[in-house]
Amino acid sequence: MIHIDIVKPLNLASGLMDLEVNIKIKDGAFIAFYGQSGAGKTTLLRILSGLEIAKKGKIEVGGEVWFNSSTKINKPAQKRGVGFVFQDFALFPNMTVKENLLYALKKGDTKTYVDEVMEVVGLSELHTRYPHQLSGGQKQRVALARAVVCKPKILLLDEPLSALDAQMRSKLQDKLLEIHKLFGMTTVLVSHDVGEIFKLCSDVVWIENGHIKSQGTPKQIFFKHKTSAAFEFIGELLEITQNEMIYILVLHVGHEVIKTIATKDEIVGLNIGDRVRVITKSFHPIIEKL
Amino acid sequence: MMNEMFISTMLLTFKLAFVTTVILLILGTCIAYYLSVSRSHVKPLIETIVSMPLVLPPTVLGFYLLVAFSQENFLGRFLQEYFGFRLTFTFGGLVLGSVIFSLPFMVHPIQNGLAALPKSLLEAATTLGKSKINIFFKILLPNIKPSLLTGVVITFAHTIGEFGVVLMIGGNIPQKTRVASLAIYDQVESLNYHEANKYALTLFVISFCVLLLVYIVNKKYFAKGFK
Repeated sequence: MIHIDIVKPLNLASGLMDLEVNIKIKDGAFIAFYGQSGAGKTTLLRILSGLEIAKKGKIEVGGEVWFNSSTKINKPAQKRGVGFVFQDFALFPNMTVKENLLYALKKGDTKTYVDEVMEVVGLSELHTRYPHQLSGGQKQRVALARAVVCKPKILLLDEPLSALDAQMRSKLQDKLLEIHKLFGMTTVLVSHDVGEIFKLCSDVVWIENGHIKSQGTPKQIFFKHKTSAAFEFIGELLEITQNEMIYILVLHVGHEVIKTIATKDEIVGLNIGDRVRVITKSFHPIIEKL
Repeated sequence: MMNEMFISTMLLTFKLAFVTTVILLILGTCIAYYLSVSRSHVKPLIETIVSMPLVLPPTVLGFYLLVAFSQENFLGRFLQEYFGFRLTFTFGGLVLGSVIFSLPFMVHPIQNGLAALPKSLLEAATTLGKSKINIFFKILLPNIKPSLLTGVVITFAHTIGEFGVVLMIGGNIPQKTRVASLAIYDQVESLNYHEANKYALTLFVISFCVLLLVYIVNKKYFAKGFK
């Protein structure tokens, strides 16, 4: 069990605010910190890893105190034994893929363990390459392997897939699931991608402006209403044009721009740029595999 | 006779540059590391002191060194009595003057190199349980090789070219403190242009080759994709 109960002042573009969080994470869980940029997700991850220090509070991991402001205990980041995957991968440019992993290996562990981990993440062919000779997805796999190779109790992933294209993301998400099953370490993922969280995580902590907005399984958090036949999307109103008796609305929903019709009553109070909810329920949606 | 003098002057020049560079590589790397990680209030003060030789005329530094280490002074007498060290007219004095005067040429490239490394490299190594010393030697230094090379070469070349400080402290004693830049001045004073040209051309060619080498090596290094 990980118990984090901390306060840390954050200095953001939007001004000063306190990151104030109290959460418990079960051993072996795959949990997401979800929320907008600047909400404090990454800072929370860094506080857990010891790279940043909270102002007040305590952190307990498996009954061991890592941080306690009142008794002035702070286990340094070097000794916490967490695996951290950075957004920019942070591979050591002076070392080959294998050397990066060997550097991370704990004293006393056999070097063949590095080969095993490289096999799992599919790096065996690339082990003599330097980081600058790798693609984004490959770099990410090295960063992941390096974090796993030192057998951490906790694996921390700071938006690890945000720099990759959709296909590579999906592949690496599978890899993450595989690794989590194989090594069973408690894994914390910082992400603002709902799809990713659904695919990977058993629990979500939604952080907004430094505070926990809600907490639960992805279903509890992201399905606000009871499941029904209705489809519901949030979009932005781009344009309203009148066409005889009806109005045509142009909306930006997800990554698509769509057109729909509305009556005069329905557009009352709507302005360009408004956030709107689009609900369709009068027909059965057709789903085709791409 | 003249040839022997030429060789011994050149050797002295390179010995001074070599000793200065080795001392500064160690000292400069430590100072640069301190400056790159420090958030202390005294940091601007240290940065100013390091950069002073860039703007001061060498004679100012030479003058104060002379005063500080003078036999009239406590420090000068203390060093002379207990360590037998004399600043004026000795090789040790030249080294001290050169080290101080070339300090920014070593510190600045290394400090810039360290500052340009992504912070996450250091943090990644920290989460892997590595000590600060381990990170310094295994991660930081190997990834700023171009900066180290630049620092070493510029310091070396700058020390060879130094004139004002060595003149004031060294006093231009043949085979003891007379380096090439002083020899040129000496030869020109006695209208011995041919001999002056020998020194001047040697310095010119060496400096040119050394700098060319640095730029070629650095270009290759960057072409490999290191940053």
